[in-house]
Amino acid sequence: MSSIPTDNEVILGILNNSESVLKRLYLAYFPMVLQLIINNNGNEDEAKDIYQEAIIILYNKIKAGDFELSSKLKTYIYSVCRRLWLKRLNQMNRYGGDIRDFQEYLTVDDETEKNNDRDIQFNKMGNALQLLGEPCKTIIEDFYIHNKSMQDICESFGYTNADNAKTQKYKCLQRLKKLFFQQK
Amino acid sequence: MSESQWLEVVERYLNGEMSGDELARFELLRAENAEVNNRVLEHRHFTGLIKQYGERLDLEKRLDDLHKEIDIHALKEELTIHPIWIVKLWRNHHSKISVAASIAIFAVLFTLFVTGYLTNRESKYEFLGLKIKQLESKVNRLNPHPVNTSNPGNYQGTGFAISSNGYIVTGYHVIRNADSVYVQNAEGKSFRAKIIYTEPQTDIAILEITDTSFVNLSPLPYDIKKTDGDIGENLFTLGYPRDVMVLGAGYLTASTGINSDNTSDSTTYQVSIPVNHGNSGGPLFDNKGNLIGIINARETHVEGAHFAVKSSFLLKAIQDIPSDSLKKTLNINSKNVLAGLNRVDQIKKLQNYVFMVKVYNQ
Repeated sequence: MSSIPTDNEVILGILNNSESVLKRLYLAYFPMVLQLIINNNGNEDEAKDIYQEAIIILYNKIKAGDFELSSKLKTYIYSVCRRLWLKRLNQMNRYGGDIRDFQEYLTVDDETEKNNDRDIQFNKMGNALQLLGEPCKTIIEDFYIHNKSMQDICESFGYTNADNAKTQKYKCLQRLKKLFFQQK
Repeated sequence: MSESQWLEVVERYLNGEMSGDELARFELLRAENAEVNNRVLEHRHFTGLIKQYGERLDLEKRLDDLHKEIDIHALKEELTIHPIWIVKLWRNHHSKISVAASIAIFAVLFTLFVTGYLTNRESKYEFLGLKIKQLESKVNRLNPHPVNTSNPGNYQGTGFAISSNGYIVTGYHVIRNADSVYVQNAEGKSFRAKIIYTEPQTDIAILEITDTSFVNLSPLPYDIKKTDGDIGENLFTLGYPRDVMVLGAGYLTASTGINSDNTSDSTTYQVSIPVNHGNSGGPLFDNKGNLIGIINARETHVEGAHFAVKSSFLLKAIQDIPSDSLKKTLNINSKNVLAGLNRVDQIKKLQNYVFMVKVYNQ
């Protein structure tokens, strides 16, 4: 099970939500990225961050159906990680102007920029949910993320009346929107 | 309809829970009322974002779980590019190494200081210098300098007599630039001489011994040959390449010499006789003791070849001497008494007529 998956296996696996393919993908290319980061002024935690960001980019691209395999998957992942790491080094002023490479790479500016916008939105959402507090946070998460029914929510929170729960949910959602849009 | 009820309607619509009449009415409302439509779109977008956010969190959690299965430490060891051992040694221990080196340097300096190596050097040299001076003065007392040493001359060549009353022939290049010229005979006696005639083109110079201590020689035993010698003839010369007279023997190898521009020089012969600079101006005799040329031992550009001025040019030069330069009569000897003698006896007779020419200049 730990063999390197073929590129087509990865695409089909992710589209079919295969946990085992994701695992094989993850295990297959992490050493390559770790090598890149730790030999270019980084540590293993930074390697993990960068690698997971790249896997998420790949995952979303496949899920969105606009992933075309124009090069080897390995090269694609390496290139995205390289780009992300250069950006990170620049932000930390650790970039010496030179990077030690271990693989061929492509130019992948677009991919990382798009992902950056989405990350900002998600960050805002995360902050807004934290500020929302309980029980609103759990109600929102249960309903909108975990797709629980209002009936279930009613029971788990001990609401006597489904309407009360609905009203509560509405209020929570309004507050969440407010918190979300207040952020810059 | 309250806001919360309105929300429920929108959500039922977006979740596809409406059907029949209700769905048709709502879609009509959406189509007619832009504000309703916007609120629907906005809600869909926002709840979509919540959903995606949830999915992202979920994905991150899954990746974190996968990450825990990797042995990061071992992998890191394996993938780090390790610097070579000496760099590592320096990075890990440079402070210790520096301290050790400093201690070593101080120890060496301290030892040198204590053993007096640094302070006593100079006095030892002074002591040695003093010793040397003492020795020098002792040597000087034992070996007093001679009051005046005879100057050996700046340049030395050979010459030979062409008359018994003190006319000497030598090479022009021997006496060129001379301030004064002395000739010295086989017994070591020196006589002052004067240049009376030179012919640079044939390298001939004629001197007259002016020294009052000079007594006339006995009549010359050799004559000056008027005709050219033949190739292959045995020849010999006497000269002063050193402080004593040296015999050189060989043979005539070509009827002409070579100029510096590689053209034939008809005033000279090419000879094969070992000669040195000091032989220049020396007489060249054939087997019978006839003078057939004057050695010209200047450096040549032909390996192993030397040249001698033909005797016919010497005769011509003698005739060309202006008569007012001649204080005494210059009679050319035409009698050869050496023809029947062997080489040893020939040389015994000749040696008094061959002189060392000493040239002095500033």
